[in-house]
Amino acid sequence: MSDQANIILSVNNIEVIYDHVILVLKGVSLEVPEGEIVALLGANGAGKSTTLKAISNLLKAERGDTTKGSIEFQGTRVEKLNPAELVKMGVVQVMEGRHCFEHLTIEENLLTGAYTRKGGRKVINESLEMVYEYFPRLKQRRGTMAGFTSGGEQQMAAIGRALMANPTMILLDEPSMGLAPMLVEEIFEIVKKLNEQEGVSVLLAEQNTNIALAYSNYGYIMENGRVVMDGSAKELGENEDVKEFYLGMSSEGRKSFRDAKHYKRRKRWL
Amino acid sequence: MSFFMEVLIAGLLAGVMYSLVALGFVLIFKASGVLNYAQGTMALFAALSFVSFVEMGINFWVALLLTAIIMVILAFVVERVVLRPLVNQPLITLFMATIGLSFFLEGFAQALWGSQVHRLELGISDDPIFIGDIMVSQFDIFAGVTAAAMVAGLAFFFSKTKMGRALRAVADDHQAALSIGIPLRHIWVLVWVVAGFVAIVAGLLWGSRLGVQFALSLIILKAFPVLILGGFESIPGAIVGGLIIGSSEKLAEVYLGPYVGGGIENFFPYMLALAFLLIRPYGLFGEVHIERV
Repeated sequence: MSDQANIILSVNNIEVIYDHVILVLKGVSLEVPEGEIVALLGANGAGKSTTLKAISNLLKAERGDTTKGSIEFQGTRVEKLNPAELVKMGVVQVMEGRHCFEHLTIEENLLTGAYTRKGGRKVINESLEMVYEYFPRLKQRRGTMAGFTSGGEQQMAAIGRALMANPTMILLDEPSMGLAPMLVEEIFEIVKKLNEQEGVSVLLAEQNTNIALAYSNYGYIMENGRVVMDGSAKELGENEDVKEFYLGMSSEGRKSFRDAKHYKRRKRWL
Repeated sequence: MSFFMEVLIAGLLAGVMYSLVALGFVLIFKASGVLNYAQGTMALFAALSFVSFVEMGINFWVALLLTAIIMVILAFVVERVVLRPLVNQPLITLFMATIGLSFFLEGFAQALWGSQVHRLELGISDDPIFIGDIMVSQFDIFAGVTAAAMVAGLAFFFSKTKMGRALRAVADDHQAALSIGIPLRHIWVLVWVVAGFVAIVAGLLWGSRLGVQFALSLIILKAFPVLILGGFESIPGAIVGGLIIGSSEKLAEVYLGPYVGGGIENFFPYMLALAFLLIRPYGLFGEVHIERV
């Protein structure tokens, strides 16, 4: 990470507890520099989604609570704000599993994304045109009820809907979930383009380490509610442990799944 | 034949009155998934407040405005005291909370306005008029027109305005609505306000027909078969369901009643609803859950 870049989001040593008893995040810290894509990697249940929800404050709706640490966005403490206030500040989360409004058309889905916008119809229509430019497929399906569109289209609608809020930062939770590899690539291409052309910073939680590292600048690897490793995407991609545990490669080339037991013992970084 | 038409039309217009109650239900159910048992009591409360204002000698329109203000306050209080503490609780808990709310409102209304029966004059005569050779009640026609106007207004609100879209979005997916910055609390207050206004209209029309009395809150029971038929989430469903229930109960009473000794009108809607549950549990216009596998 270059030191001169402005840090837009910093998470300092947060702990998250669900239902007052279940400790899920045990001191997570990370930083997102302005205008970059940062990936949050790890297996199921490592705490990636919880970290994103702690930032966007959607945790409260799931009876989670950030009990320790602080979260700063553009220098302001945000861990006590509600999600609507955060959206107004420019932080929008695209939730895991798309979460489109099924009974609204694609266009209505996008328009609800502009709920917090001020400035009337003209500004909103400009954003709508911009979204349609990035996702031409959505323009074709604009009148279709979102529940009847394909998974890829729903993911696009979910990202497009977040864009309608004119965010400076998107928290993207597992965009590859349940999509065909080709579509995953298409969506990542668009995210990259958005990042480059609109300057939107992205914090990306992803299980698909391979593709996430290909499109991000920096990465954090989480395990069991902790960050266990971080580094530039290139460093992580070349790291022997990452290769072995997350990319399925080892010094002897691809390993068979039969030997998985053997790595389990070794899988300990901190 | 003209007798049949008369019964049918009387039934349809009675059905409109059921629809009015069902509409308030649908609104709250659509936006929050809560089955608001207190809708009937809200109608009673609104009518009682209105009548009491009028009896104090307050002008009709001012009384209407005051009643509207009371319903807005009620919506805020309900959100703050009932809904907010119960966020994320199972829907059955919320349903029970609305039953509690219904009892509270009934008691509160008595404490506030007393428990005697009031007469409510809206200035619309209940005299029948003849269209061709069919006799129709003027009052029923007025009720029908009011309901139609309300439905048109609500349909516009839901499909064309930002708030309406947000309401539907919240109904579809609370979490996603939160994630794009729709504040759920505002939405809930809003929907209870709208349901409160619907309750005013229903309360006044029903009140002027039956007299403003505590049995008025039981009109809620007639709304259930309407909702089962029409579908819990659908505004057109509430209307069509009301029309079907109204007309079928009147027709059943006139044509089937004599064979079973009459009085069929009171339970026929529930039989119809029961049969309907077996065939189409989500109602005529209810939302079929879209599920992609």
